[in-house]
Amino acid sequence: MQDESKSTKTFQKDKVFFQGIYDVLPLLIPVVPFGIIYGVLGIELGLSPLVTFCSSFIIFGGASQLVLVNLFSAGASPLVILGSVSVVNSRHLLYSAVLSQFINKLNLPWRLTLGYLMTDQAFSVSYRYFANNKHEHSHFHMFGSGLTLWLIWQISTLSGILLGSIIPEELGLEFTIPLTFVSLLVYEFRKLDYVIVMLVSGFISILTFNLPFKAYIIISAIIGLITAYLINQKLKVKTK
Amino acid sequence: MIWILVVTAGIITFCLRYSMIAFIKPETLSETTKKVLTYVPSAVFPAMIFPAVLFNEQGQLYYENNVQILAILFAIVVGYLSKNTLITILAGLIFYWLLIFI
Repeated sequence: MQDESKSTKTFQKDKVFFQGIYDVLPLLIPVVPFGIIYGVLGIELGLSPLVTFCSSFIIFGGASQLVLVNLFSAGASPLVILGSVSVVNSRHLLYSAVLSQFINKLNLPWRLTLGYLMTDQAFSVSYRYFANNKHEHSHFHMFGSGLTLWLIWQISTLSGILLGSIIPEELGLEFTIPLTFVSLLVYEFRKLDYVIVMLVSGFISILTFNLPFKAYIIISAIIGLITAYLINQKLKVKTK
Repeated sequence: MIWILVVTAGIITFCLRYSMIAFIKPETLSETTKKVLTYVPSAVFPAMIFPAVLFNEQGQLYYENNVQILAILFAIVVGYLSKNTLITILAGLIFYWLLIFI
């Protein structure tokens, strides 16, 4: 009897884990070329293959890795480099705040693992899963999505380092990056309040794009969230 | 030098990711805060979309003959209709390729 209940439990975990992998698959289309581009660029800008490869699992954040190698090769000071990396990645503070509601109850090894695996994509697909599926094994979803992204990121960086630019530049695959973020918002396109927040954030990002340290991301995000707060206060007054 | 930078950047990035998991106790979050947090994707992702589409490598706005704008609008329409991540990415990319190759 006990064995049986145990086996259904493992089955559940497997299922959730594979669901995480399945949900993140479409997002690998942009991750693969991006990883290759990073590998190629690291070498082109004069980093050793080892540094280029290791940075992909020490930092594990595409945009910030690109910022780091670009600034380093341009001879920027360490303070500027680390400042930029911090500002570019500060959006993870927000992801962390969102996910804390779902993963805080887990033990320390789990929290550390999922913290390390937190990327735009894993956050996005697994947050959607957490919000719709409240059960004790839901964190296996993020383990599946995060681990898949992690593995593919390492493999594609390595391919870029070893094989060079195997993807023709004419394909314009940088475009898949904004495309990814559009595809992650599709569930919100029918909700007017969310669309207003998107437009405000997008508009602010255009205005603030040329600020130093790539601060436009976090500034747009914060103004977007203030807008969300204000909309909700208005809605509350109306319903009262 | 580069190693110190990479490792420090890695530690900073991990701390940013882990910070709120470490500090926030879910029961202390008010309903309003929880509600506002549901807007995080809508508040962050457009800042990764708009500049990537509208600015060139020199950091200047460009919209004349900018096929990326057309392709991203197409992807938005497809996303709105399909509510599907894979279809949105594929449709946007294929439409973009049609625009640049034909």
